[in-house]
Amino acid sequence: MAKKGWDEFEIGAMLRTFDGKIDDIAGTRQEDRAYSQNSSYTASVSDWRLIKPVFNKDYCIDCQFCWIYCPDVSIISRDKKLIGVDMDHCKGCGICVEVCPTNPKSLLMFPEQAEEETVIANWPKKDEEEA
Amino acid sequence: MAFDKMELKDVEVWDGNYAAAQALRQAQVDVVAAYPITPSTPIVEGYAKFTADGYVEGEFVMVESEHAAMSACIGAAAAGGRVATATSSQGFALMVETLYQASGMRLPIVLNVVNRALAAPLNVNGDHSDMYLGRDSGWIQLDAFCPQEAYDLNFIGFKVCEDHEVRLPCMVHQDGFMTSHTAQGVKTLSDDAAYGFVGEYKPMNDMLDFEHPVTHGVQTEEDWHFEHKARQHNDLMTKVMPKIQAAFDDFEKLSGRKYNIVEKYDMDDADVCVVCMGTSVETAREVAGEMRAKGIKAGVVGLRVIRPFPFFEIAETLKDIKAIAVLDRSSPNGAAGMLFNEIAGALFNTGTKALLSGYVYGLGGRDLTKKHLVDLFNELQANANAGKVTTKLQQFIGVRGPKLAYL
Repeated sequence: MAKKGWDEFEIGAMLRTFDGKIDDIAGTRQEDRAYSQNSSYTASVSDWRLIKPVFNKDYCIDCQFCWIYCPDVSIISRDKKLIGVDMDHCKGCGICVEVCPTNPKSLLMFPEQAEEETVIANWPKKDEEEA
Repeated sequence: MAFDKMELKDVEVWDGNYAAAQALRQAQVDVVAAYPITPSTPIVEGYAKFTADGYVEGEFVMVESEHAAMSACIGAAAAGGRVATATSSQGFALMVETLYQASGMRLPIVLNVVNRALAAPLNVNGDHSDMYLGRDSGWIQLDAFCPQEAYDLNFIGFKVCEDHEVRLPCMVHQDGFMTSHTAQGVKTLSDDAAYGFVGEYKPMNDMLDFEHPVTHGVQTEEDWHFEHKARQHNDLMTKVMPKIQAAFDDFEKLSGRKYNIVEKYDMDDADVCVVCMGTSVETAREVAGEMRAKGIKAGVVGLRVIRPFPFFEIAETLKDIKAIAVLDRSSPNGAAGMLFNEIAGALFNTGTKALLSGYVYGLGGRDLTKKHLVDLFNELQANANAGKVTTKLQQFIGVRGPKLAYL
């Protein structure tokens, strides 16, 4: 993937998502697509994030709510199973946590520097409704 | 979807609006997104009717504002269609934010601007305030002085702005009411000849090319923005004029009607001249002829292309003139007039001895009469005789009350 110089772009405020022609893009998974340098897929914007979602698969029911609601297509789902979060593009908005219906939630927000193993080990217990 | 052709007489009696609407039909514009505003409404209304009646294979999009109108035009142009619309005055002002998007995104949209005053006070009549408001927006600006030219310049506009070496949007200006609502004989092109001239639309970087996905309207910050803007300015300054000239030449071959980047009338041996735009050019031309009968060697320069500004052509045209009056039909609001400044800038450093004076006139549709121009040419001759500007540099023509003069 060649880096383009300042004077090598085409006219107009436009960028090409792929170098050259593509076909069957709908049938090709994101990680298998030949995105160009100009596609946002190849750019990490993780430094926009202050807090991050951590996914705990023990409680996930694969309802896909987070996948549907994520405004940045950063929930990675394969064969209708949630497998993780694209941390290069997640902005830490917390919408996935907000819409998660499980009890306890399968996604929770933590400070950027929190260690995943530690927070999963200390995951909150089921919130019992008061009688 | 098929469409019907229309049989036109060689000469039709059309006003400027209908002439422009007919040009949009004959160019087979794919999308017109528009919001109505006086005096430009009949242009987009005309296109809508032609579309509804099956004379155009296109889409008329009704939107909620002029900002939305130009935004929809930008979307349609980015998608890969031939796009046009029309507006005036307040609507044009509301469009301004999106005008810069269109030019920066290099989308060839033709915008018919039927020139009208800007409020307040509210006024529906013609002056050049809206035209001046668009002058830094990165669009090509062509100026029609009569309905015939409003018709012809639309074809030239499409031809120039859609050229892949240009890809910049184009405004075609005509004076509100004086041109837009005054019916005159307009020599027509047949549908085939007109469409043959503008040619089939050739998309570039279009979003409907699904095999080459493209993002339009990207963000650039301090590390990229300046280069994009510099290239856009470069293309407007260096690539557009030759294309306009070529389109004028081709159009003359097709129609016999000759257009020039700077329209010169009796300028070869002129001592004094008026530089102006729009319908005033025709009035000034008539008066100049009469002044010659009285022994004043008068000429007129009409600006056909406002942007890119014909800097060197203007300097060449005016350098040997003794006294020049520059007419601005827009209140400069705290400066010399735009046209005065542009012409002063073009003449500076040339060694010319031309005496330059500026006049603000015709605001809100106030008439510029032949009497005004007779007085003006006499004033210019007095300047030429005295070898200096005998008046203030900025005067007002045709406004009531004590004579206003500044600078």
